[in-house]
This record gives sequence, C-alpha cells and structure tokens, in this order.
Amino acid sequence: MYAIIAGAGKVGRNLARELINKGHEVTVIESSRSCYLANEEEFEHALQYGDATELWVLERAGIQRADLVIAVTGDDEDNILVCQVAKEKYLCDRVIARVNNPRNHDHFRLLGIQPAVSATDLILRLIEHEVPRYGLVHLLALEEERLEIIELEVAEGAPTVGERVSDITLPEGALIISVLRGGSGFVPKPETVIQAGDEVLLVLDPGLEEAITAYFATAGQPARI
Amino acid sequence: MFVLIVGAGRVGSALAKSALAAGHEVSVLDADPLSHERLDAGQSKSWEDAEGQFTVGTALEMDALIQAGIERADVFIASTAGDNTNLVIAQIAQKRFGVEKAIVRVMDPARADWYGGQGLHTICPTKHALEMFERALAPAGAA
Repeated sequence: MYAIIAGAGKVGRNLARELINKGHEVTVIESSRSCYLANEEEFEHALQYGDATELWVLERAGIQRADLVIAVTGDDEDNILVCQVAKEKYLCDRVIARVNNPRNHDHFRLLGIQPAVSATDLILRLIEHEVPRYGLVHLLALEEERLEIIELEVAEGAPTVGERVSDITLPEGALIISVLRGGSGFVPKPETVIQAGDEVLLVLDPGLEEAITAYFATAGQPARI
Repeated sequence: MFVLIVGAGRVGSALAKSALAAGHEVSVLDADPLSHERLDAGQSKSWEDAEGQFTVGTALEMDALIQAGIERADVFIASTAGDNTNLVIAQIAQKRFGVEKAIVRVMDPARADWYGGQGLHTICPTKHALEMFERALAPAGAA
C-alpha cells in the first residue's frame, strides 16, 4: 500500500514509522522547514518538504497512485482541504483526517471527510467509560454504517428495573447486547432480570439515544447525554 | 441584498465599504477586533452609524456566523488571509446555510481553478497580477 501523510508532527511521524515497519510505502509532507530538517535524517526520501495543500506538492508526492491519504497537520482547514482534494480531484479511495478542534468535527462531516479522528473526543470517551455514574457513554460510532454502541447505567427506579429482558420492548433499531454486573459482563438471556446499577450495552441506530435513555433512567431525571 | 464578508483585511474592508455605499446591507466578521478600524478609516461616519454590522469571531464558529447573520445572507464573501480557510468556510456557507452565492479569494491559481470548477466563485488576485505583469513586460505596440 502507498500512503501519503500530510504533517510530520508527533502523530504524522509515528504513523509513518508504523506503516513503514509494516512494509508499506510512505511519503510524509511537512511544510515547516525546521521540522523537515529535524526529521530528514530519520525518514530520508520518505519525507518531503512542502505545503501539502498545494496541488503540485501532492502531485510530486505521487498522489495519483496513493491508496491512502492521511491529513494530520495542526490545522483543521488544511486537513479538510488535503482530504477533499485527494478524494475528489485525485480520486483516492481512502482518506483519514485528524480533527484538532472537536468543534470542527461537523465541518469535516459536512464536507464528506470521513473518517475524521479527534484525539480530544477519544480521550473524552475513555473518561466517560472510566468515570462511573456519568450516564450514557458512546462506546463506538460507525457513522458510515449508521450504527452505534452505547453504555448506560441503570438508575434506581428506572422503568426497566426488575423486568425480564424478554418483557422489555425497546424501540425498533435498539438491542441490548451485554449486561455488566458486579465487575463482569455477560450476554443477557430472555429471562435475565435487569437490576439497578447494571450497566447495559446497546447497539442502536443513531438518534435513538434519548428514547433509550428513558428506559434506563429514573423518571423525570434522564441520564446525562 | 445582504452581504456577509468574512475577513476585514485590505480587500474585505474596502469591499464592505463600497457594498454599503452601493446600498446593500453589509455584515463583516473578523477574528481581530482591531480590524474594525479599517472599516471606519476615511469615512465621515463610523461603520455602525452608517448601519454596517461588525462581529468578532472566526468563520469556523457556527455561533459567530449565525450572529453575523449568515442565515439570511444572499452573498458570502471569504476574504481572510488563508486560502484553505476561505475555501472551507465558503463551502460551509453554501452547504450548511444554503447561501446562494459564495465568492472566495484564493491566492493560489491551481486551487482557484479546481475549486472554481466545483461550484465556488473563486477570485485569484495572483492570476490577475500575473496578467498585468505580462502585459507590462510586453514590448510597446504589441497587443
């Protein structure tokens, strides 16, 4: 596989090392002269000096034959532009962009740049998972496939407490896939009874979060989303 | 017509003043509060007294765009110092807010050409300057 990486910062360099170690061909493009010079010795011909948002720089790096373009500069507009041009002008099938400011995530989506990875969002998700009693946690979102997996803590007095899984009628597009209780998880059987304090994992169609939360939160006190 | 101009530099601020003088409703958005001075410079009335609008913020912030009135803008002009910023915000104006006309300043001729073919109205000062230089270089009498 041939990958072009825009940005030789910490993320770009480490990605390049991983891909090179796995036997892939990589070109990293860096626009800061000092950053380029500092890393030239290690990466040799796999590092090029230039602005990856300039079309001729991308062409010099061989974007026409790239299988994957990864934009991980520190500038969200630059990352959007590199991916957009790679996808729409040079018809590269796969692009991956880094989102520096999580508030810009929507812009990447709007302009069709998927997947867009935000380190802040990832860390936030881990915090939600590690810190108990946070309410609803998004564990995984497959945006293209329009599916997500969430985790919810069952509140005292929630409508589903004491109910058997087979008796709980969830909205279309939602399924309980696992119950975490007392530190271990299991796949529920139809006769499994939901208890307060359980953490339930559900697979959902996007947009059902609020409706689902009502089943596992105390009435009038919806879990935080 | 309601014109929203993002980036009150030399071009943006001069354009804002001429659009206002031509009778349009004009709103200017810039991240730098000091850029407001460019709107007042050389005018007999202050920008606000002349009924111009000014908002401090960046065009990637939805709140700032909405505050600057993007939802009812007929024309969106991207004239910040960054080509990529201009290209991204003009697409946001078109695709998220449905602004009919997005005009973008792009210094790089290659990007201006390509995005010009993608539904954006790009203006490339570099190309115009180049043409003028070439004309100035041409021997006298040659067309």
